[in-house]
Amino acid sequence: MPINKPPTNKPIDQANTKLTRKDFLSNVDPRWCLGCGCYSIFGSLTRVFPELGIPKEKFAIISGIGCSSRLPYYSSAYGFHTIHGRAATVAFGLKRMRPDLSVWVMTGDGDALSIGGNHFIHLMRRNADIKVILFNNQIYGLTKGQTSPTSALGVKTKTTPYGSIDSPLNPLALAIAAGATFAARVTDADPELLYEAILGAAKHHGVAFVEVMLNCVIFNDGAFDSIIDKNLKADTTIRLKHGEPLAFGKERNKGIHIGLSGPEIVDGGDKTRAIATHDVHLPDASRAYALALMSLPNTPVPVGIFRQVQKTVYAEGIESKVPSQSELERLLKGQSAWVREQNGSLRSLESD
Amino acid sequence: METPTSHLEQKEELTMSVIRFAGDSGDGMQLAGDLFTSTAAMMGENVATLPDYPAEIRAPQGTVAGVSGFQICFGSDEIYTPGDFLDVLVAMNPPALKVNLSIVKKGGVILVNEDSFSAKNLEKAGMPSNPLLDQSLKDYDVYKIPIQTITKNALAGLISLSPKQVDQCKNLTALGLTYRLFNRKKEYTLKWLERKFKSKPEILQANKIAFEAGWEYGEHGVFKKTYTQVKQQSIQAGTYRQITGNIAAALGLVAASRASRVPLFLGSYPITPATDILQELSRYKECVTVFQAEDEIAAIGAALGASYGGSLAATTTSGPGFSLKSEFINLAVISELPMVIVNVQRVGPSTGLPTKTEQADLFQALWGRHGESPVVVMAAQSPKDCFYTLYEASRVALRYMTPVIVLSDGLIGNGSEVWKIPAENELPEIKVSYRTQTEGFLPYDRDHETLARPWAIPGTPGLEHRIGGLEKEDRSGKVSHAPLNHEKMVKLRAEKVARVASEIKPLEVFGDPKAKLLVLGWGSTYGVIRQAVQKLLKAGYQVACLHLRYLNPLPNDLKETLEKFPKVLVPENNMGQLWYKLRAEYLIDIEKLNKVQGQPFCVDEVEHKVKEMLANPGVKYANK
Repeated sequence: MPINKPPTNKPIDQANTKLTRKDFLSNVDPRWCLGCGCYSIFGSLTRVFPELGIPKEKFAIISGIGCSSRLPYYSSAYGFHTIHGRAATVAFGLKRMRPDLSVWVMTGDGDALSIGGNHFIHLMRRNADIKVILFNNQIYGLTKGQTSPTSALGVKTKTTPYGSIDSPLNPLALAIAAGATFAARVTDADPELLYEAILGAAKHHGVAFVEVMLNCVIFNDGAFDSIIDKNLKADTTIRLKHGEPLAFGKERNKGIHIGLSGPEIVDGGDKTRAIATHDVHLPDASRAYALALMSLPNTPVPVGIFRQVQKTVYAEGIESKVPSQSELERLLKGQSAWVREQNGSLRSLESD
Repeated sequence: METPTSHLEQKEELTMSVIRFAGDSGDGMQLAGDLFTSTAAMMGENVATLPDYPAEIRAPQGTVAGVSGFQICFGSDEIYTPGDFLDVLVAMNPPALKVNLSIVKKGGVILVNEDSFSAKNLEKAGMPSNPLLDQSLKDYDVYKIPIQTITKNALAGLISLSPKQVDQCKNLTALGLTYRLFNRKKEYTLKWLERKFKSKPEILQANKIAFEAGWEYGEHGVFKKTYTQVKQQSIQAGTYRQITGNIAAALGLVAASRASRVPLFLGSYPITPATDILQELSRYKECVTVFQAEDEIAAIGAALGASYGGSLAATTTSGPGFSLKSEFINLAVISELPMVIVNVQRVGPSTGLPTKTEQADLFQALWGRHGESPVVVMAAQSPKDCFYTLYEASRVALRYMTPVIVLSDGLIGNGSEVWKIPAENELPEIKVSYRTQTEGFLPYDRDHETLARPWAIPGTPGLEHRIGGLEKEDRSGKVSHAPLNHEKMVKLRAEKVARVASEIKPLEVFGDPKAKLLVLGWGSTYGVIRQAVQKLLKAGYQVACLHLRYLNPLPNDLKETLEKFPKVLVPENNMGQLWYKLRAEYLIDIEKLNKVQGQPFCVDEVEHKVKEMLANPGVKYANK
């Protein structure tokens, strides 16, 4: 075995060699169901990774439990398939001690929001430089079709055969409220936007959250049809672009005005209530939060990057070190040690 | 049980004394006890302490529930426990007297704060008559001292202090009185006060004045007799300090980080009585990374993430938190990553008695996880032993790539003693190598000797691989559902832990090698067992004792050692957990002695049981 060398704590190095998507595929074939949205996310992720200029060995993908969390096995990066709901904690400890790594969390709606809800909000608020992709299919897939914390009210699943009576959680709004400095929401049916969001997350300095609404073909097929259908989506979604108006509709003649009581739908010609311009850098999170809450049937669903702000990144610049001999000696002595000489006399080493 | 007679009356020079400061929680009794202990230690004496405090921060004032105590045994004798009975009780209020009177030796000294014995206070404590006026204290040497009045008068000149601030100095007045009674040196306490209150000159002055006022009061013939301690002769030269088990545990981890050159990460969540380890390590920010997590699970999860990244990872907790960590311990077992889990045990189940001590988490440490999930389990036997046990746990975790559970408890975690600080070169070597060689790399390949898998940390080029909670194929580490592979992996993980037994030094039995009875213990019962056996040996009984650090795997020579003795007794502060394990492992008819009162054994209790067993021939082993 080679000689012990402590892990490097230097910031992420730039790779010299050009990597390709194939460099991030393992020899294990993905075992997601045919038509599963997971493929789409995996595709975008492995498209983004080689473009970041980061050496392959610096990527670490941490996952919890669920369909989403099988992803590490399919990539050839370092990967840790942990336990249900806890990926955020493992990723946090890893990143804390190894700021040189690019750490990614793969999680699902049950994993991150139900069993892992506590870790999720704390990961967001601490703003460590960790990227979180939430695979939101609004159902428990790997346990074969039970209601999840994002399942719609009234939805029939194996555990809600008479319809769910649980109000769903809005993952993006939760992330923003908890302090996410980068927050995006996309669908699996729009690979370009998905790619854009993941690339944005990767390049963001701080915690980055991307909610991907993806279709579970087996247990919740069609849950997002109203926002991915080619004929409907111009009216049911707003594609967010920084610096551009919050407009929608085939002619982009409708839009969102942010009034005192929140977002309102207005016509493009409305002289008194202007269509708002999207700004991802607003220091105050309330606009992004309001946008995150917009939902059908009252308003279209915004997709894209909602928020991207710079805040102090957790523990940045604080290096983890091994104690030196003198440090150890000082700590062992504490504040009030004494020396007993051979002749039995005592001498205080009390420090101030 | 007969309360023994105090030796205080007979001689002025003593070899060992026991004092307890008792008052309301909030009266500063823990501080007074701490300062008294430091001074005894600095005067070259041996000490053992027992903080005994309620779970509430400020329980209703003046009630029995709110009594906080701090007991110190000090002197030139070898001291292993904080003592069973008191030579001196300092009682700041009626309930403090009520709660502790039964453990004061007959003829012992009681210093009471006379000011607090009002009719109202007596009623609050549920005391129908005033013990200072009736005959209930006639067997003791009672000094009724108006401690609050002395404090108030002494501080009358400090007009900027509020009456509350003045009253808060009464613990220093009481301390001054005890220093006079025992002829202690004042300098260490005065220095400590100066350090502590450097930025608050008024408070510093008030505390110093109160302390001196207590001493002064004792100068004027108040005490019929005062005491000194025999000077210690036999102590080795070296550097010493006073240390609690929790601080020793923190330092053990730091020393292991130094020795292994692996950075230390602590993930933890505040919980009584383990919080001090988290707080202590938080102070060492220049060489330790500490993370106070959102909960117990996140604490160990972050530690496992740190371990995955190549750090020496630890998490510290107590019973309820230990329960929450079970699933993550299992992930550490199957992913074969090093980690140290410290459980400073307290009384359970559930919230139990958070501030009281028990040893009832052994079963849980050994077996409290789903699946076949063996881990190394060790226990510390005394405050200073927490240092060596944590160091050893770190060494074994790193060498075998395995989680190691360390059991401490409230008694030794909060208790303190004098410790001779080791030099760096007196500690065993800890060698760690991360895998960097790509040729022939397999994530679940094993070291032939230890069966440890390679530590291939993210960031190492060419060693990219995946690990996780799903069963892995031997050597390759691919996910595998193959039946025979699973059985093989279960056995490999068990064998790896079993091989740790080769690290254990040959057992050393203390006492009579031809003893008729061996007292076997683990954890914080060490002091009581040792003291009881020493007493019995002096009295001519053929007895011996042995204490275990390793509880899994058990030492290879344990069975043969136990079989040498006709009788074996296992005292535990639980219902018989080690007793159960040993009988199951060895088919040996061992006897047990159990106490689950949130309090340690008294020396007497162990002694009594040993005598009883020796008097009764009973049934011997079938093979003897």
